[in-house]
Amino acid sequence: MARYLLIRSFALMLSLLAASVVVFVAIEVVPGDPASYMLGMNAAPDTVAALRDQLGLDQPLMWRYLHWIGGMLHGDFGTSYTYKVPVAGLIADRLALTLPLAGLALGLSTALAVPLGLIAAAQRGKALDTVVMGVAQLGISVPNFWFAMLLVLLFALHWQVLPAGGFPGWSDPVAGLRALILPAVALALPQAAILARVLRAALIETLAQDYIRTARAKGLNRRQTLTRHALRNALIPVLTILGMQCAFLIAGAIIIENVFYLPGLGRLIFQAITQRDLIVVESGVMLLVIAVIAVSFVTDLTYALVDPRLRGSA
Amino acid sequence: MRPALILGLCLTGTALAAGLLSLIWTPWDPTALAVTQKLRPPSAAHWFGTDQLGRDIASMLMAGARTSLLVALVAVGIGAGVGVPLGLAAAARRGGALDGGLARLNDLIFAFPALVTAILLTASLGPSATNAVLAIGLFNIPVFARVARAGALSLWTLDYIRAARVAGKGRARISVEHIVPNIASLLIVQATIQFSLGILAEAGLSYVGLGAQPPTPSWGRMLAEAQTFVTLAPHVALFPGLAIVITVLGLNLLGDGLRDALDPRLRGRLT
Repeated sequence: MARYLLIRSFALMLSLLAASVVVFVAIEVVPGDPASYMLGMNAAPDTVAALRDQLGLDQPLMWRYLHWIGGMLHGDFGTSYTYKVPVAGLIADRLALTLPLAGLALGLSTALAVPLGLIAAAQRGKALDTVVMGVAQLGISVPNFWFAMLLVLLFALHWQVLPAGGFPGWSDPVAGLRALILPAVALALPQAAILARVLRAALIETLAQDYIRTARAKGLNRRQTLTRHALRNALIPVLTILGMQCAFLIAGAIIIENVFYLPGLGRLIFQAITQRDLIVVESGVMLLVIAVIAVSFVTDLTYALVDPRLRGSA
Repeated sequence: MRPALILGLCLTGTALAAGLLSLIWTPWDPTALAVTQKLRPPSAAHWFGTDQLGRDIASMLMAGARTSLLVALVAVGIGAGVGVPLGLAAAARRGGALDGGLARLNDLIFAFPALVTAILLTASLGPSATNAVLAIGLFNIPVFARVARAGALSLWTLDYIRAARVAGKGRARISVEHIVPNIASLLIVQATIQFSLGILAEAGLSYVGLGAQPPTPSWGRMLAEAQTFVTLAPHVALFPGLAIVITVLGLNLLGDGLRDALDPRLRGRLT
């Protein structure tokens, strides 16, 4: 396990390094001169010069890259050009919304998908299976932001039971949570549909194995075989999808925040794009990428914990 | 044929036909403004009503189908065009430098979801439909590379491939002549799935302003514009969403159906 951990950690470092180069090149090299790009065509030359100085654009590329990475490692993400405050603080404020939203959606989608996948697999080929899988098929075809708009129409405007958008902050946790319910449901349902399909397929494959027949032969009933033997062995593909879903949830949260006017990381990045605040975009995107890489790292480690056979195949 | 496959063909065919037809005919000009006619509910003149600027929604949906399908199709083309040769080459020399390099490249691209790539491209180059195509296409590359590599690896161990090696055929020639025809069904099914994901992604990107720009009609942007008027006229948001659902559902059903039809070994495994 130690050797596996070492190899995976090395790959993690390599991925992070490569990703940071990609982000740096996209933001600081591709636009030509980031300072004049950020300030627009009509900027006074001395304003551009001041920003060039602040961004260290006269330094060599390598120095700027190392400076940026070094800063990030110390929690210094630079100073936002439009907000005039440290980017680290801005991002931390916004994460207080985006992370709970993604977490809530992940929990919700798992809580929905596991029972549905189990039921569909247990009832394979029967009416209930057809209904559950039909709904799941529809679920993966619905764009989450459109589903979110329908939820707002029904729950916020028609029945008026939940807020239509905005976020009151966490000073009142109940109000904060209420504001996140519709966004989380909109994010979770399409993911739950995918997860339920994968779980059902994995369960059906596992149920065809000899050891399941043995378990049945030694007297376990269907339910016990399903939950004790099949579910545990069907976990690997489910974990893969869960890991991938974290990445999609982070990306999806960015879009959903726009439907509900939630001040999360996604809206911060989009506003920064409109305002050409490349400093915020660069660090915000890097953080998203770090999150995705970290999640896939944790998923890999979880595999190895769940299935010892995979430890050797690093 | 299974009913799901037929339904998938019908739904996909409808979207495709609407997009193609819009090249020569739409009920109204999809970009013509008629402010006096704004936010009209569906009627005989305007089947799906009009939007906040009085444009005919049915005509915009038809023209939008073209954008959606084209973006997703080109993105699949990029993914398959780059990914499949990479996957084949990696499988031809399993464990070689290219194989290892491909694995690292896959890891790297997977760290950049299409949305994040689109954000980067837009931040540095400005918004456009081309960015959306590139972002989705890049994300498709490792997907096709993986499918091609996995499919090819299992074939390389088979006797007839060894026989071809003994007969003196090179690895590249074997890949093209023997491997590709045998993994074609896998690739077609994957292409259908990526096609439907591409349509969802394009809609999402256009919705947040990272995709097709006005006046190019786009389902995602129609939804973004509808958001403000959704209380006054829900139909403005309803129809573009339904168009996306119908197209994506059709492609998903088509993918499932094709998989079952093309590969009997997989029958009943996932559906």
